[in-house]
Order: sequence, then C-alpha cells, then structure tokens
Amino acid sequence: MRLTCPLCGARDRREFTYYGAEDYLNRPAPDAPPQAWDDYLHNRDNPAGVTRDLWYHDMGCSSWLLVTRNTVTHEILAVEAVADRKGGAA
Amino acid sequence: MPDLIAKSALAGHAPLVRAGTRLAECAAAPITSIAPYPGRAAQVDAALAPLGLSFPAPNGQSASGTARLLWAGRDMAFLIGAETPAALADHASLTDQTDGWAILGLSGPLAEAALMRPVPLDLRLAAFPVGRTARAPLNHMQAILTRTDDQAFEVMVFRSMARTAWAELTEALAVLEARAKLS
Repeated sequence: MRLTCPLCGARDRREFTYYGAEDYLNRPAPDAPPQAWDDYLHNRDNPAGVTRDLWYHDMGCSSWLLVTRNTVTHEILAVEAVADRKGGAA
Repeated sequence: MPDLIAKSALAGHAPLVRAGTRLAECAAAPITSIAPYPGRAAQVDAALAPLGLSFPAPNGQSASGTARLLWAGRDMAFLIGAETPAALADHASLTDQTDGWAILGLSGPLAEAALMRPVPLDLRLAAFPVGRTARAPLNHMQAILTRTDDQAFEVMVFRSMARTAWAELTEALAVLEARAKLS
C-alpha cells in the first residue's frame, strides 16, 4: 500500500500512522446536543467500500492527511492535506 | 562551572571506507529551523535574500556558497552553515537545532545502493537528482536525505540515533562489499 503525500510524493505505508475516521475533523459546537457528541466521540461506520480517514506522515513531512480509500479493493482514491482544506491551518 | 568540551555526535568514529565508498561524519555547522508564520512567505524570502537564499519548495533546497536551506517538512526548512538573519525573527519561528542532529556523509560508487537498503525511496540519479532533499525513514529513524553529488549523499538523523545510523549504513556497505568481491 502506498499513499501519495501532497508534499513528499508516493510513499510507502510504513511512513504513515493511522489515526481514525474523518469524523475527527467535524467537531460539534460546544452547545450541540449529547447525541452529536456521542456520535463524534464514539460512533463509527465500518463500511465495506469507500471510507475516509486520517493519517499522519510521521516519517516524512509531518502533514495530517485525509485519505479516501476503498476497504474492499484496497484502492487509494484520494489523498489531501488537512491543512489545505477550507478552515485548515493554512 | 567546569569547562565543558563540545563533542560531535560521532566523535571517535574515524571515516570508514568499504569498496571505495566512504562513510564519515560531516562537520557540525550551525543549524536553525525556520518555520514561516502563515502568510509571511514573501517577507521570509526578503529576509533570506541577503544570504542569497529563498525558502525551498518541498523536496528541494536553496544553496549559496556555504549556506544551504534544506526543506525539512511541511512549512519548515533547516538553515545550515550560516547565521540566521535578524529580520527573519519577525516572520518565522526560529529554533537552534545545531546540537540536535548528526550529519553523515556517504560518498562513492556504492553510496546509492547502500542507502537504498534502509531507505524505501528510489534514490537513483534519474529519480533523485543532485540537490534533491527528502524527509524519509532510514529504517526506523526519521532522516533528512540530500543528494550532494552524483555519488554522494548527506544523511541527517537525530543526534541520539547517530551511532545507530552509522551501524545501519556500515552493515549495508559490508554486505555490498562482500557481494562485489564475489563477482
């Protein structure tokens, strides 16, 4: 498995650390109902197919990456830097 | 306060030569990390201009005389071999890294092959030309690799891992030397 880091280029999987689902990017508002916080903290989908999750390029450029991949075919569909997204760290 | 003696990370390791390929510690130079604040790219380049440098693109470097600026990660570069211009402090986060890193030089006909054993990158000249810099793992160590010549690389690792990196590269050279003797 290889991920194409937007900065470093195509790199081996061993350079990256898996963090978790994309849900971590969507933090509820402080006054959101308990159900929203429950979903954010604990409830995760486990799809057979396309999923989006967060990876850290710890052996490379130290970027947080949002990876779109297919859990059935193991295909990597997209890799984008979290910092480059709207509202990211710029 | 007793007098303290500054020692390089690999003090006591004499240069090693295997099959014409040389592994040696490079002289410690001032190393400063430069992390520009958001939106200050133009000001950072202006402050670096007196040194003849500009902030490098990913996987690249900027060099002028003995001063070099290596790309070292997202929004980070290492200034090596020059004092940091004072004007830079307003536009970037600066940290002295001089004692935090060990620099190893690997040069000779086996340098490329030896380095490609612990590093999972294509380091052949066509894919990794002179002046290219990459952050990449050297086995388990977070390293910064730079090709300085057709047959020469510079490997930076955390100072605490200097002897491990030395051992890994020595082993790679020993294997390649043994193989070369068979053919």
